[in-house]
Amino acid sequence: MISLAGRDILHAWGKFVFTGIGLGLLIGVTLTMAGVYRGMVDDARVLLDNSGADLWVVQQDTLGPYAESSSLYDDTWRRILGMDGVARAANITYLTMQVRRVAGQDPRDVRAMVVGVVPGGPGEPGQPGYLVAGRQITRGHYEAVADMASGFALGDRIRIRRNEYRVVGLSRRMVSSGGDPMVFIPLKDAQEAQFFKDNDAIVRQRARTAANPALNRPEVLQAVLASQSVNPFVNAVLVQIKPGFDPEAVAEPIRRWQRLTVYTRAQMEEILVAKLIATSARQIGMFLVILAIVSAAIVAFIIYTLTLGKIREIAVLKLIGTRNRTIAAMILQQALGLGLIGFVVGKVAATFWAPIFPKYVLLEPGDAARGFAAVMVICVLASVLAIRAALEVDPAEAIGG
Amino acid sequence: MRKFLSTKGRSLALIGVLLPLLGLFVYVALRSGPLAPVPVTVATVAEQAIAPALFGIGTVEARYTYKIGPTIAGRVKSVAVQVGDHVQAGQVLGEMDPVDLDDRIGALAAAQMRARANVLAAEAQLEDGAARRRYAETQAQRYEKLLEARSISVEAAEAKRQERQIAEAGYQAMRANLDAARQELLRSRAERAGLIRQRANLDLLAPVAGLVSVRAADPGTTVVAGQAVVEVIDPASVWINVRFDQLRAAGLKAGLTAQVVPRSLAEQSLAGRVSRVEPVADAVTEESLAKVVFDVLPEPLPPVGELAEVTVALPALPVRPVVGNASVRRLGNQIGVWVVTADALAFRPVKLGASDLDGRVQVLEGLKAGERVVVYSQRALAAGSRFKVVDSLPGVAP
Repeated sequence: MISLAGRDILHAWGKFVFTGIGLGLLIGVTLTMAGVYRGMVDDARVLLDNSGADLWVVQQDTLGPYAESSSLYDDTWRRILGMDGVARAANITYLTMQVRRVAGQDPRDVRAMVVGVVPGGPGEPGQPGYLVAGRQITRGHYEAVADMASGFALGDRIRIRRNEYRVVGLSRRMVSSGGDPMVFIPLKDAQEAQFFKDNDAIVRQRARTAANPALNRPEVLQAVLASQSVNPFVNAVLVQIKPGFDPEAVAEPIRRWQRLTVYTRAQMEEILVAKLIATSARQIGMFLVILAIVSAAIVAFIIYTLTLGKIREIAVLKLIGTRNRTIAAMILQQALGLGLIGFVVGKVAATFWAPIFPKYVLLEPGDAARGFAAVMVICVLASVLAIRAALEVDPAEAIGG
Repeated sequence: MRKFLSTKGRSLALIGVLLPLLGLFVYVALRSGPLAPVPVTVATVAEQAIAPALFGIGTVEARYTYKIGPTIAGRVKSVAVQVGDHVQAGQVLGEMDPVDLDDRIGALAAAQMRARANVLAAEAQLEDGAARRRYAETQAQRYEKLLEARSISVEAAEAKRQERQIAEAGYQAMRANLDAARQELLRSRAERAGLIRQRANLDLLAPVAGLVSVRAADPGTTVVAGQAVVEVIDPASVWINVRFDQLRAAGLKAGLTAQVVPRSLAEQSLAGRVSRVEPVADAVTEESLAKVVFDVLPEPLPPVGELAEVTVALPALPVRPVVGNASVRRLGNQIGVWVVTADALAFRPVKLGASDLDGRVQVLEGLKAGERVVVYSQRALAAGSRFKVVDSLPGVAP
């Protein structure tokens, strides 16, 4: 038995293939949009993964350090280290700013999240877990590990506020919840970058202090000025807990006795996904929904018009006594074939253009499977309409008009 | 027949389009997403001796700073030097206002002259007293003889005896008067000498040869006792107060060689050595402190207070297996490296030793030379990850 659908496709294979490719590009856009949405959520998750923390200790009653600003004294981590179930604790600062490349082929600035980490051993909370080039920070000052997405190369000199840093290592997928690449620098430098004022402000502050007669006395003035330029703050303390401990059970005593706010991984994810990126994610999500509906409609119309274009041939088939089932199967098979080609083209296209996007696009296999199922269902539904139209056709049309 | 051929041709064309598409799809499905192998680069563990180094930052400071100011409160009359002047030991740097000190010295000079005149007067009086005493003495002796010859009355003799006693007492009083006048002269002389000393103390003198670093007060300024008017530093004593993070200060000791890069000189490095490690560390910043001196003093001298980066070289360590710090990962609660054997990837916990500033770490236990370990990876690795060894990771310039 020969396949009627196959014969028909062969009859106008160019039209069939190009329709499929056009459809595929549309499906590719839809899959990419899903990838953009997943990428946003993944950026938020990967931020939590990369910090390597089980608990985040932040200023009391804040949603810090990512969603709100938070500041703690930089000796808080010692007290936390003494709590039951805490394996490691590390200070960390986060500051989103423009980072400028000063030496290199093209001086440019990049929006980046500057992370201040204690240059300790590997695997300490806050440190980049793996690198793609270079090495981890070894000096206590003026070295940086930048994310690949920043476009910086090994050996570049970058300027962060007052100081220049040499890029000694490159990381990958170390981004903030907004998708900005991270730049890791030693904690003391980061504290200075975040809390130390610029020179003009310092000079004016000195003048203001000197203008106060209560402070402007020999010896006293120097002491006051010195105390004004200290910055013993960090944004959060990252805590890793000992194996076998429940995060919540470790967090509770810190909340109660250290009078600090502590978030577990689940709570932090809730803050990031449900609060921080909620509106922008919903925005993309809304667009995705509309795009999916539009795609579905277009797929349906294409299949419907494709069938209507063959209405004469179908009438001839009916005239020569072809069974309705055979005609319906032909249309259905063609629709599914079109959907299959469309999906394959879409998936391939999305995979190839996804890395070009400036922000991360995550194409999940689950999304692809769901997309495939949706395409097939739409094709089936669309072919039902087309089959109805085909079966209602009068065989007389084959000879008439 | 012709139709069959054309059908065959169309089939071939269709297959020609669809097959590559399918191939591409399979490739995409296998090469991206969770099924794709993780590209990794590997390195062979080598036995190497590493020379660790310590990195710290510090400020240029003068070892000796001389703060020169008055010992009593007063007003600055003149300051003879400016910041940057080289001064010699004993050079007058400035002067405090003496107020009435000169007048008082003048008054004491007059008082001294008067005291000297008083001494002369007292000496003359003493001469007079001595003459009176001698006369009274002879009179009294003569009357004694006349009394023995009974040519005068007892009363007359008694009167002469009394005159002699009066003359004697007068003489003694005049001598005491002369002593007092002499002491008065001494007193006024000493008092004047003291005031002249005080006057000299108002001069601000350089205790050593050095460089004027601060001119804290200008003429007319009132300063309290002990407040510095001029500060002098000894340029030969310039050194760097370096702070080392306590996490990375092991092995710091006096005598080690150091490379100093002052902030203003950027890439230019100066040789120096650790002069001493401070016995007291900074408890607030958690840093150990050390003083680093230059082997040869740079000319011009870096300004006091300038920031400098200091790298202290530690002695080389014995040869051991060495890996880059990018190889060292944490899996769960263990620190280790991913060892590549044939086609398998295994996490090996290791014990790490010293490291140097180039990121090389000694492996004390767990790894032998010649084994291959993962250096860089495209994604975080897990046991059983599919992997592919590449020369350099995609997107990274080799």
